[in-house]
Amino acid sequence: MSHEAVRVDPDMEYLTPGVVDLEQMFWTGLGATYTHCNQVWPNLYIGDKKTALEKPGLVEMGVTHIINAAEGTWNNVSTEMIHSLFLVNPSGDIFLEKHWKSVVSRSVCDYFLEAREKALDPEDVPPVISTPHHYLISIYRDKLFFLSVIQTEVPPLFVIEFLHRVAEMIQDYFGECSETVIKDNVVMVYELLEEMLDNGFPLATESNVLKEMIRPPTILRSVVNTLTGSSNVGDKLPTGQLSTIPWRRAGVKYTNNEAYFDVVEEIDAILDRTGTTVFAEIQGVVEACVKLSGMPDLTLSFMNPRLLDDVSFHPCVRYKRWESERVLSFIPPDGNFTLMTYHVNAQNLVAIPVYVKHSINFFESGSGGRLDLTVGPKQTMGKTVEGVLVTVHMPKTVLSVSLNATQGSYTYDNATKVLVWDIGKLNPQKLPNLRGSLSLQTGAPKPEENPSLNIDLKIQQLAISGLKVNRLDMFGEKYKPFKGVKYITKAGKFQVRM
Amino acid sequence: MEWANQLCENRQFGSKMTDSKYFTTTKKGEIFELKAELNSDKKEKKKEAVKKVIASMTVGKDVSALFPDVVNCMQTDNLELKKLVYLYLMNYAKSQPDMAIMAVNTFVKDCEDPNPLIRALAVRTMGCIRVDKITEYLCEPLRKCLKDEDPYVRKTAAVCVAKLHDINAQLVEDQGFLDTLKDLISDSNPMVVANAVAALSEIAESHPNSNLLDLNPQSINKLLTALNECTEWGQIFILDCLANYAPRDDRESQSICERVTPRLSHANSAVVLSAVKVLMKFMEMLPKDLDYYGTLLKKLAPPLVTLLSAEPELQYVALRNINLIVQKRPEILKHEMKVFFVKYNDPIYVKLEKLDIMIRLASQANIAQVLAELKEYATEVDVDFVRKAVRAIGRCAIKVEQSAERCVSTLLDLIQTKVNYVVQEAIVVIKDIFRKYPNKYESVIATLCENLDSLDEPEARAAMIWIVGEYAERIDNADELLESFLEGFHDESTQVQLQLLTAIVKLFLKKPTETQELVQQVLSLATQDSDNPDLRDRGYIYWRLLSTDPVAAKEVVLAEKPLISEETDLIEPTLLEELICHIGTLASVYHKPPSAFVEGSRGVMHKRLPARTGSGESTESPDVGTIAGGSGTETAPSIIPSQGDLLGDLLNLDLAPPTTTGPPPPTSGMQMGGMDLLGGGLDSLLGGDIGGSAAMGAGFGAVPAVMPASLNAPMGGGLGDLFDLGGGVGMPLGAYIPPKTVWLPAMKAKGLEISGTFARRAGVIQMELTLTNKAMSVMTDFAIQFNRNSFGLAPAGPLQVLSPLSPNQTIEVSLPLSTVGPVMKMEPLNNLQVAVKNNIDVFYFSCQYPISMLFVEDGKMERQVFLATWKDIPNENESQFQIKDCHLNSDAASNKLQASNIFTIAKRTVEGQDMLYMSIKLSNGIWVLAELRVQTGNPNYTDLEISVKCRAPEVSQCVFQCCEAVLKN
Repeated sequence: MSHEAVRVDPDMEYLTPGVVDLEQMFWTGLGATYTHCNQVWPNLYIGDKKTALEKPGLVEMGVTHIINAAEGTWNNVSTEMIHSLFLVNPSGDIFLEKHWKSVVSRSVCDYFLEAREKALDPEDVPPVISTPHHYLISIYRDKLFFLSVIQTEVPPLFVIEFLHRVAEMIQDYFGECSETVIKDNVVMVYELLEEMLDNGFPLATESNVLKEMIRPPTILRSVVNTLTGSSNVGDKLPTGQLSTIPWRRAGVKYTNNEAYFDVVEEIDAILDRTGTTVFAEIQGVVEACVKLSGMPDLTLSFMNPRLLDDVSFHPCVRYKRWESERVLSFIPPDGNFTLMTYHVNAQNLVAIPVYVKHSINFFESGSGGRLDLTVGPKQTMGKTVEGVLVTVHMPKTVLSVSLNATQGSYTYDNATKVLVWDIGKLNPQKLPNLRGSLSLQTGAPKPEENPSLNIDLKIQQLAISGLKVNRLDMFGEKYKPFKGVKYITKAGKFQVRM
Repeated sequence: MEWANQLCENRQFGSKMTDSKYFTTTKKGEIFELKAELNSDKKEKKKEAVKKVIASMTVGKDVSALFPDVVNCMQTDNLELKKLVYLYLMNYAKSQPDMAIMAVNTFVKDCEDPNPLIRALAVRTMGCIRVDKITEYLCEPLRKCLKDEDPYVRKTAAVCVAKLHDINAQLVEDQGFLDTLKDLISDSNPMVVANAVAALSEIAESHPNSNLLDLNPQSINKLLTALNECTEWGQIFILDCLANYAPRDDRESQSICERVTPRLSHANSAVVLSAVKVLMKFMEMLPKDLDYYGTLLKKLAPPLVTLLSAEPELQYVALRNINLIVQKRPEILKHEMKVFFVKYNDPIYVKLEKLDIMIRLASQANIAQVLAELKEYATEVDVDFVRKAVRAIGRCAIKVEQSAERCVSTLLDLIQTKVNYVVQEAIVVIKDIFRKYPNKYESVIATLCENLDSLDEPEARAAMIWIVGEYAERIDNADELLESFLEGFHDESTQVQLQLLTAIVKLFLKKPTETQELVQQVLSLATQDSDNPDLRDRGYIYWRLLSTDPVAAKEVVLAEKPLISEETDLIEPTLLEELICHIGTLASVYHKPPSAFVEGSRGVMHKRLPARTGSGESTESPDVGTIAGGSGTETAPSIIPSQGDLLGDLLNLDLAPPTTTGPPPPTSGMQMGGMDLLGGGLDSLLGGDIGGSAAMGAGFGAVPAVMPASLNAPMGGGLGDLFDLGGGVGMPLGAYIPPKTVWLPAMKAKGLEISGTFARRAGVIQMELTLTNKAMSVMTDFAIQFNRNSFGLAPAGPLQVLSPLSPNQTIEVSLPLSTVGPVMKMEPLNNLQVAVKNNIDVFYFSCQYPISMLFVEDGKMERQVFLATWKDIPNENESQFQIKDCHLNSDAASNKLQASNIFTIAKRTVEGQDMLYMSIKLSNGIWVLAELRVQTGNPNYTDLEISVKCRAPEVSQCVFQCCEAVLKN
């Protein structure tokens, strides 16, 4: 024991100092020297963390029990990054918990649930919440909250990224990420979580690696497993895990070798009342589905790579090659993966495919108002705009709407005050129009706030930025693969102010 | 009973418990069933049973009772079953340590298994079982696994060292695992390197002083190589580790930056942000004229912008960090304003952060766009957001002078909407604009006054009242307006009451003839009918001030106000620097010093940005001025009030700014108010000679007799007496310096403890202070001020506390004093009332200085003059004192006294008594004469007698005390 406990003589006359004296001592530091451990009563010690952690010393003193009376956020004895994970459904029920070290009481989630209560929408729950002893970092995804409990200074992005990975993994394994699916496969989810994180360090988050360790369920496999008694846990070390290309497993074999690339672009834009673009950018992503045997080495080049303002790559992409030649060179993972995401924010390059003519008026008397919406094509590069869906967030006092749509159908949800107009394909000859009257709550004043309108749309065979794949080549393997590139443009956060 | 049980179970498992077959094993009786199944001979049945147990565990049910049965299933060839049992063990081993021992043998055996997967699994699980007895058995297998031929096992073992260290640090050190771990940094496999770095970083956090991660150019090189090859998570660990390295020069710094830059294109946002951290830190060392510096700046913007298109949670963290980055290096994102425009479906927490950054980026170039956006936001649905948007318009006006006019007109437009909360918010910010641009926009006052009735929030009411009071001379019916508020005076919040009081006093000073009644009314409401001490005190002060010296009152109340600062909520530069070093951490999300997040040791290591080195030194840049390596010579940061403080500031502005010689910027309000009371107005109240000039005071007959005790309270009363000049630190030579005593205990000053003493060195009086920070947060911005005192002591310079005072830090400060300050007689005479300000608050205390500090060096009187003076001073001015138990002979006494400028002029011996005649001159020119009688013959008689004669007999007592202290030490 490096710190001798100060002993107390039980027969000694001793007056307990009053609160004022104690406070005085505490602040001035007079009167008492600091010791790590004091015997304050026969066999009763008050000590600090150091003492509590030195177990041999404790044994020597004959200590059998320790009560932790330390106050404050970090006065505990843990260094784990992600301590626990809770899955919470929208109604606030915790339906799965996983602890990587000691068990944290689920009452810790109460702080989160409180914040959930306060937030208007589940999306509005702040992602980082501090509680007296923990930090709670959560994401909201697929109508579920993934809530992690951490106790040390951890990069929050690290945790958030990891949580998204968990959600993606569940999606990947079971086809969807929902409470039902997780409950149905709870043991496997649990095993997966254990594989993904060890002592707070992410272990295997690559879907390829995971799938070798724990095989995803298929109907066929579960039948076979039941018959043969074999398990769906791999007993071989995943081949990719430690190679310099952990994303690809060895010995991939296909009869049909194919590589498909989808260039998906989403337009984020804000248009003001007059239709002028306030802000517009394109978020692009190149999704790949590569089913090639062996170890193919691919290069993908674009006609106009200088368009891209910022790119982020899947780890397989050789960055140096991109820097020098603007060519994507990579050994692909097997199956579906995101090859790259990019960003175009030079505004003049962002074409706005549709326009909206809109007018919304409320009568001065406050009893109601009128709405008139027309949607038409703008810069569509000769392609057809499909899947057009207009969403209007009405002022709170709008009670009901009585509208007439020349194309498609509309719904109005009085609870959320959201008007949805599903138009479908846009016909340039006959522009869809929605008009009619709005009725307000009786006695409600004329609404102050301006509603906002969001548009959803889809354009096939077009990357709105003009990005084009030039060619795709394969090295390292002999066979001739089938190659394909598809373009699609969608509306991202496409907002029109009314 | 059964149905009740069922109900409970159902509640525990949420609504859909039937969804999974495993969830049916929850009834009490089924624990026994499970037990039987676990002990079944059939493998498949066993596995199913373990699965059921695990399922129960995942929903938080206690199945620890099955521990022995589950552990029995451990010895199996079936990997899945093994894994499941291990999962169970990790959860429950801690609660069943004795049982857990049963598992040890299997672990040890599994660590020798030919399958590396099983070896790794075993070593990993063992580390997770936090049972002491097991750790002892773990050492040997772990040692083997650390040197295993398979990298998968090695990397798992590396993490296991960190786990073990957490359980038993001593054991890890004794077993030499740390060295093995350090060796793994040079491992051939990048994954192993990454895990070793992660494990070492984690261990190093609990041992801040250990040299675990001994970073040198060689190891850095290895890390950079591993960085390219390891997984994304490993990259984060390596980047975070790199950020702690201090490059030797700008060339090394550049080469690291070059190798880290590719990480900015990683798909994982945590990697990107960690890379940004490294670059932001090492960039400090690059000369600004270097081409690469510009390139790097350009490269940083796109990835930061891209982070904003990620999921909202990621965006939030990114935005919090971008907020820091734009404060440190606004040039990076100055052209990217538009990406911060708020989208309708952004979650509210993202919206608010974006708004904040928009204001930070606002400049003359983009202000039109920003204003148009803000105006748009002001009509949104979410009330909180709307309020913040309106406030943002005000901040823009203050920040970008050219835009002020446009902002004001935008705000007026918004007021026209008559939306209640918009109007209120607008009025609050317009008041700020008035403060920033006085005499420019007062034409809008009329519009504001129209909305007086609709204001129901205290902040808006207070702001409006401030405006009316401040511009009372331009508002014809100001008295009526203010009077209307007075009716419900007691129902108002304190904020409004205080403001109303001040505004009416202002009004009175501006239009004394018509408003006498009103001011009397408010003063009596504030002083007699209110329970609020702040309000009462302010009322009394005004009352006294007005009745004593209306001219002074005018000077004080209508003093020119300091302009408010442009950026109202910048992070203090030293904190900002530290936060930049912690980009991507929780500290950066909360904008709080990292020490606030960690206990004890870890917090002590303050990270600093490195200093610029190399050739580029010549190009001095403003924002590097404050950065000074680790040497701690930062210039004192200027005081920047946070937004919250701004309001207080305004509320108290009626009082003149502090006259300290220290940093003069506007400080938060309450503090300033307090300061002023001490420096300007209060002294005359305490001075005693009230009632003199009552030029205007016709209506101010009798001031209430009860002089509020609370007026004295903040001055600390006789606090100094508690720690009297006792003690006994001997000063062998030189003037006597009393030992330091605690003047301001930490509990009275939010953790700041001040102890001190006075010394006279080479003719200079010095106040020697020891400042100790016993609070949890850093203290900065120290300033000191004295109240008037008997001898005109005043600080001769600012309080030199150059670096911020971190928690538990103590610094010694010596403050030279002059004796040319304002004079006022104190009781006791040598009492000194001091106000010390820091970033937290203003604190008052009083202390007593030994009068010997004031004894000047030329205090030796001519003998003739002495005789004449002695005779000249009337006998009633003579005081006699005794000093008991002083074993000094006359020579020793004389020497001691001389050191304190008490000069012996003559000595004579009469009847076994030495008589010393001494003279003292005080700094204000008062002479004190003394006669000291020392018994020489009788060794038992050790008392000294002293007679003191002075024209100002009040000082005699002090002089005596002083002689006694000098002689006895």
